[in-house]
Amino acid sequence: MRAAEDSDVTATLVGFARTLRAAGVDASPERVQAMVSATSVLEVCVRNDVYWAGRLTMCAGPDDLERYDRAFRAYFSGEIAPPLRRVPPVEVVRPVAVPGTERSRPREVDDESSPASTVSETEILRHRDLAALSPSERDVVRRLIAAIDPVGEPRLSRRHRPSHRGPLDPRRTVRTMLRRGGEPVRLEHRRRRIRPRRLVLVVDVSGSMQPYADPFLRFAHAAARRRPGTEVFTIGTRLTRVTREIRDRDPSAALMAVAGAVPDWSGGTRLGELMQAFLDRWGQRGVARGAVVIVASDGWERGDAALLGDQMARLHRLAHRVVWVNPHRGQPGYAPMTAGMVAALPHIDDFVDGHSVAALERLAKVISGGPDA
Amino acid sequence: MTLQVTSPGRLAELLEHQGYLPDEGIATAAYLAMTMRRPLFLEGDAGVGKTALAHALAQVVGAPLIRLQCYEGLDAAQALYDWDFPRQLLHLRAAEAAGVQDADRLEAELYDRRFLVARPLLQALETTPSVLLVDEVDRADDEFEAFLLEVLSDWTISVPELGTIRAETPPIVVVTSNRTREVHDALKRRCLYHWLEHPDLAREVAIIRRRLPQATAALAEGVARVAQIARGQDLLKPPGVAESLDWTEALLALGAHDLGADNLDRAAASLGAFLKYREDQERVASRIAEWAAAG
Repeated sequence: MRAAEDSDVTATLVGFARTLRAAGVDASPERVQAMVSATSVLEVCVRNDVYWAGRLTMCAGPDDLERYDRAFRAYFSGEIAPPLRRVPPVEVVRPVAVPGTERSRPREVDDESSPASTVSETEILRHRDLAALSPSERDVVRRLIAAIDPVGEPRLSRRHRPSHRGPLDPRRTVRTMLRRGGEPVRLEHRRRRIRPRRLVLVVDVSGSMQPYADPFLRFAHAAARRRPGTEVFTIGTRLTRVTREIRDRDPSAALMAVAGAVPDWSGGTRLGELMQAFLDRWGQRGVARGAVVIVASDGWERGDAALLGDQMARLHRLAHRVVWVNPHRGQPGYAPMTAGMVAALPHIDDFVDGHSVAALERLAKVISGGPDA
Repeated sequence: MTLQVTSPGRLAELLEHQGYLPDEGIATAAYLAMTMRRPLFLEGDAGVGKTALAHALAQVVGAPLIRLQCYEGLDAAQALYDWDFPRQLLHLRAAEAAGVQDADRLEAELYDRRFLVARPLLQALETTPSVLLVDEVDRADDEFEAFLLEVLSDWTISVPELGTIRAETPPIVVVTSNRTREVHDALKRRCLYHWLEHPDLAREVAIIRRRLPQATAALAEGVARVAQIARGQDLLKPPGVAESLDWTEALLALGAHDLGADNLDRAAASLGAFLKYREDQERVASRIAEWAAAG
């Protein structure tokens, strides 16, 4: 009797877990088990107890709470939870990189021969504007970008490593003494370990940045794959954290996932408001602290430029270094004229161009603290 | 330590007795953490009472609170255990002077439990009952998370020279995070997760009055109202309950008994206890009277 009741409860809970999973909460079997044992500790019949038992065991962050609440309401009131927006990867055919206007340059070499491009051709491609590439050239450029290794500027870590010189390491010295029968045979030294600073990339994906968003996100992918602490955000009409999505090993699959997560491709830009959202939600809590922050945008601000100035000043106080990448800067005759760019400029450490592969390689050098060449 | 805690409601009463006023979620979370022997992972804005909950729990259980403050570079020697090398050396020298010949015995003696210095995690496993507070785990680095995970899942610590040390009864564990970075999923999965919200107006008034009995109802309500509205104002650093308490205390010290017109100068002067950014202070200072009277 009792057992039958229990298995009934378990079946209900497992069904609930399935609903949760459909709603986007990571309801792994391990967690389901925890929920079942939590409800058995509490009184199952009380609706609130079931709610808390599930919430405490199933959720892993504040983002999960809303999904959980919705699924809970729907499941226990009898209706089936409406599955959350989950775009299957096949449907995502948003042209991430394809520029709206294909400005194909007259070239002697036809596209068929490009994949086996020669060194000199690669060299030319390296300096070509990213917005003016043919599809096959784009493939080569993508491979070039994937090969960039962006590393943050080095900083001293709090951890030590053994060294031949440097301050004394009392622990190791005494331990060797003990091993040698208590004789102080050798002094051991230690040095502080060197770690790269965290990289934080904020990529503008609004309409005016369309041809450059893809290469920048690929650059971000190259950074995120190599250094696990790297954080990536996109801004357009809203702020989206894509750190999780961009971690996929394959750059194209990663960009696909990012495309699915970002709701505002090619919209307008409200840079000031979104920088504020970034700083409130992530930056000030610690993501930007001591990090090298890279903002990739043309500075085309639809909103109030003064707000952008304030927020950039705030970012500058938090971050170790603020680098602004503007793809238009590389064009001849460029001067920072847009209101947003003018407001942001005083609070930027490095202002670099990012219109070509060579420019992105220079960017990698800048963020690693190398000479700005 | 069989407790008379039989339900979340009962635990809430006991916590209230200690001056901590939990809502239903906190009480249920703490109750499950105690009965299921799972660590409780608390996240929420700074100053919502994460650390205070651990203190109150320790008092309810009547157990010592063992606290491990996390920071980058925290390693096993500071979190788990360390050998007391100087004492080992002394022992070795003393044994030599006494002419001890039995090398094996001497070696066994050198790596005895009494030369092992217990750091917080080992202390918590060896003390029954105890409440272990792993504070601000997001400040530590990944390396630390890895060995914390090992301790929290098996309740054992292995010392190569000594063997495995196992907890008779696992301690009650509270892990807090301010969310400055994402803590690894593997760690969260072993825990009960609870997101702490700021308390509502009535609860905040009750908390202020409980903690600072000398505060009048008018003062507590005024401060709580300002705090509630300020949290919705998109400030650089929204004030937590801790800040409300600090501000009330500051106002009391200045002799204010409400946030009426006579006390506005004092309120503005002591705003530094409440808001920690100049920009925030400027925005709030002129509107204290209006907000305190709202609602």
